[in-house]
Amino acid sequence: MRNREKISGNIDWVTVLLYSILVFIGWISIFTASAGEDVTTLFDTGTRYGKQLIWIGLAITLAIIIMIIDAKFFSTFSYVFYFVMLLILIGVLFFGSTVAGSKSWFKIGEFAIQPAEFAKFATALALAKYLSTLNVDMRKLKTKVISIGILIAPALLILMQNDTGSALVYFSFVIVLFREGFSGLLLIVGIIMAVLFIVTLLFSELYVIAFLLLLTIIVLVFLRKYRKLWKPIIGIMILSAAFVFSVNYAFENVLEPHQKKRINVLLGIEQDLRGAGYNVNQSKIAIGSGGFSGKGFRNGVLTRYNFVPEQSTDFIFCTIGEEWGFIGVSVLILIFLILLIRIILLAERQRSKFSRIYGYGVASILFFHFTINIGMTIGLAPVVGIPLPFLSYGGSSLWAFTVLLFIFLKQDANRLNVL
Amino acid sequence: MYSKDYSFRKNIIIGVFILIAITFIIRLFYLQIINDSYKLSADNIVLRKVREYPPRGLIYDRNGKLLVFNEAAYDLMVIPRQLKNVDTSLICELTGIDKLTFEQKIKKAKRYSYYKPSTFIKQISKQDIGKIQEKLYQIPGLFLQTRTLRQYPLPIAGHMLGSIGEVSQREIDKDRYYRAGDYIGKSGIEKYYEKYLRGKSGISIVEVDVHNRVKGKYSKGNFDTLAIAGQDITLGIDANLQYYGEQLMQNKKGSIVAIDPQNGELLALISSPGYNPNLLVGRERSSNYSKLLNDTLVPLMNRATMGTYPPGSTFKMVNALVGLQENVLHNDTKYSCNGPLSVPIKCTHDHKTPLNLSEAIEQSCNPYFWNTFKTILENPDYGDTHTGYNNWYKSVTSFGFGSKFNTDIPFETGGNIPDNGYFDKLYRGHWNALTVRSLSIGQGEILVTPIQLANLSAIIANKGFYYPPHLLIKMEGSDEDINPGFTEKKITDIDPDNFDVIRKAMLDVFEAEHGTARWYVLDSVKQCGKTGTVQNPHGEDHSIFIAFAPMENPRIALSVIVENSGFGSTWAAPIASLMIEKYLLGNSVRPALEKRIMEGDLINTNNTEN
Repeated sequence: MRNREKISGNIDWVTVLLYSILVFIGWISIFTASAGEDVTTLFDTGTRYGKQLIWIGLAITLAIIIMIIDAKFFSTFSYVFYFVMLLILIGVLFFGSTVAGSKSWFKIGEFAIQPAEFAKFATALALAKYLSTLNVDMRKLKTKVISIGILIAPALLILMQNDTGSALVYFSFVIVLFREGFSGLLLIVGIIMAVLFIVTLLFSELYVIAFLLLLTIIVLVFLRKYRKLWKPIIGIMILSAAFVFSVNYAFENVLEPHQKKRINVLLGIEQDLRGAGYNVNQSKIAIGSGGFSGKGFRNGVLTRYNFVPEQSTDFIFCTIGEEWGFIGVSVLILIFLILLIRIILLAERQRSKFSRIYGYGVASILFFHFTINIGMTIGLAPVVGIPLPFLSYGGSSLWAFTVLLFIFLKQDANRLNVL
Repeated sequence: MYSKDYSFRKNIIIGVFILIAITFIIRLFYLQIINDSYKLSADNIVLRKVREYPPRGLIYDRNGKLLVFNEAAYDLMVIPRQLKNVDTSLICELTGIDKLTFEQKIKKAKRYSYYKPSTFIKQISKQDIGKIQEKLYQIPGLFLQTRTLRQYPLPIAGHMLGSIGEVSQREIDKDRYYRAGDYIGKSGIEKYYEKYLRGKSGISIVEVDVHNRVKGKYSKGNFDTLAIAGQDITLGIDANLQYYGEQLMQNKKGSIVAIDPQNGELLALISSPGYNPNLLVGRERSSNYSKLLNDTLVPLMNRATMGTYPPGSTFKMVNALVGLQENVLHNDTKYSCNGPLSVPIKCTHDHKTPLNLSEAIEQSCNPYFWNTFKTILENPDYGDTHTGYNNWYKSVTSFGFGSKFNTDIPFETGGNIPDNGYFDKLYRGHWNALTVRSLSIGQGEILVTPIQLANLSAIIANKGFYYPPHLLIKMEGSDEDINPGFTEKKITDIDPDNFDVIRKAMLDVFEAEHGTARWYVLDSVKQCGKTGTVQNPHGEDHSIFIAFAPMENPRIALSVIVENSGFGSTWAAPIASLMIEKYLLGNSVRPALEKRIMEGDLINTNNTEN
């Protein structure tokens, strides 16, 4: 009895409150997007808002169970979670069902579960476990290779399920690696590569190369006294040029047609208001028409009348934008930002390295979802189908994010017991 | 553990978080507050302006009897986008079209728009709609739209009432009120009073969902405009008389025009052969229309308004009136007649000689009116023939001859009265009364319409004035007179006194011993009339009769033309008399005559002769 009180007293209630607010906003939006004119009961399991209530109830149950379980359970069994999850991901490839083009679901009767959602926290646990092991040195190549290996294995399996969005999520762990001492230079290289990729698609590669050449010459002129730097600069230039040349090849031969199309539409190369661009355009219209203070609860005609596809799952942000306007979405973004920063601050106060790394893993995953999901609804990111954490309709995603967050809260509540 | 402390990197990470959040907020500020185009697009997507069509005005006869009313019909509409996995055979079975037609129609609809509804099958009647309605829920993408069809309780007056049809592109360009698929009056009264009959369509703004299903009214209907119903019309037509006249004229070519001389209201406007106006309604419209169009008897032509004939003997009264007015003719003026030997115009009638004016009218003596015409043109008061002719021309045209009345009569033609200039050109200035002698007996270049002839009868009935013949009596909801010209009294050049002898002579046509219509005299009504025979170079002569009754305080004036029926007294005179009887007395006391006229078939006998 004393012990439980102690735990509840140590729980970070701020985070729990933010979580609850987000789940509540999510449910309200699912309600407005899926309810007909006459609502007789909120517990109508034939509707999405009714089902989501059940998912929320189960999520709370899961959260309570996690808070009751011993904190060490998760660090001890991290690898077990991870490998079981890998097996399940492989299993999905053979026994899974296909929903919306992705073979990433297990169907049990009416219920469908998406293992990829749960693979995120298992991976976060495994990465935290590995990096917190004694004698692991981030500077060693072996450490780097194993870390990246831990991330790439589930990502590849998910990619094989044809669920690009969920696979890309693992890219977010670079934030964790960066915090743990991974070279910042690599991140910068990553960013430069991304910029070159986009610029090459927008303009012809010859222009880009010419620009790089010009840039190199200017830099060399400025650094003419530091002869030592010449070699690396010229080397970077040559590597960049090679990368630029490979971009088109990769774009044409590696990406699937629908992925190419989405990127093209995002970059404004293609205008496609019937296909991939349709969602984004409708979504922008719905959000834009919300204006400063929105149309009001249940008055978002575009979302209510199904003009925005997937408006209770991946495009739930539109519903909020249309009905609550600029004020509503700003508040939502602020809540997310506070939650993310809160998790970082909580992570930093951990005594255990495992808890800290796991906390960063949680923040990274949430941040990636937040950025890509909202980014795509307002036309700043390509349309990859990943949910908005805690808000989007769906049991798998809600439970997975709840488990992800509450394992961390459990670790945090237990931090003082760690020596 | 010798790991370096990287905890400062949390600041960079938090910085990135904040940067992304700020980027989003800036972007949202642009989308939601600065840029207005998204709000407009949203309205375009969700709001549909639906035109609400008001009921078209009804048309009544002078006694309040309904001539035209509305009946609901349905257009089957299709939205190609929603047409998925359709049961083609079910649709074909319901609508009675074959598969090929189905595919053509769908292709056409797709060409118009993939998202917008277009007409799949037009004007399905109430009888056929039941089974379609039952099964329609099984076919997404098809729905019914209510339409108004015109219906006619009596199968009469097709020419006059006209019909409605879908607007053409030209009509849309002319009047922006119309949208493709709207109905517009295409002919007759429907066309002339289109603006009043159609009313004003309203607009109701509704919200639709992504499947184009109406979800409800926008802003509780605050921005809707109400449709204003079309105005009802009352015509001067007497439906019973019109129906009776059409029956009398069946199997005959020709026309009957009956006017109320006291106000110019047309009581009957009959062109035979006519057609049942119900034929030009609904789905069968175009096939029936082309059938009528290709009929050798030209039923679509309105002979009463478009037919032009030389007036023949009926015109002799006009010449007599001009002569009396010019004081070159008097009732006791006598001219002799040499019968077939008369020069320059022979007389075809066998009668005593010489004759005075009223005898000449009664006997329709040709030489008498040649002499009259000659004295008018050679009147010493005017010096020369051309001035004399000019004066004659002016008097004749004051009767309404030679030009249209320009009222609401559909498809009117003006006929022809040749003027000085015409003959100057034709004869290079060298002509005189002898050259244009045919005009004296209503032949030659003179062409008149049956309406003008009926109007002549009204003028004589009125002793010298007329009101332009017209159809409308009353427009529901319009206080002021929408056609002020229709009630304007037109006075001819002839003084009232000069009509007495003519009227007496016309009475004698019925009542005198040798009157040409003496067989059709009525005990209770004093009828006045004049026969005429129009020489027809293409076949049997046309029979003409003009009449009015009763003699004092006349209430009906009419002209009857029966083509290819020979002498005026055989067909045209009894028809006129029966019409008078019907209108003034309500029922015929001469069933045998009525039967003979109705059963008389001049079309089919003529055909066998040819």
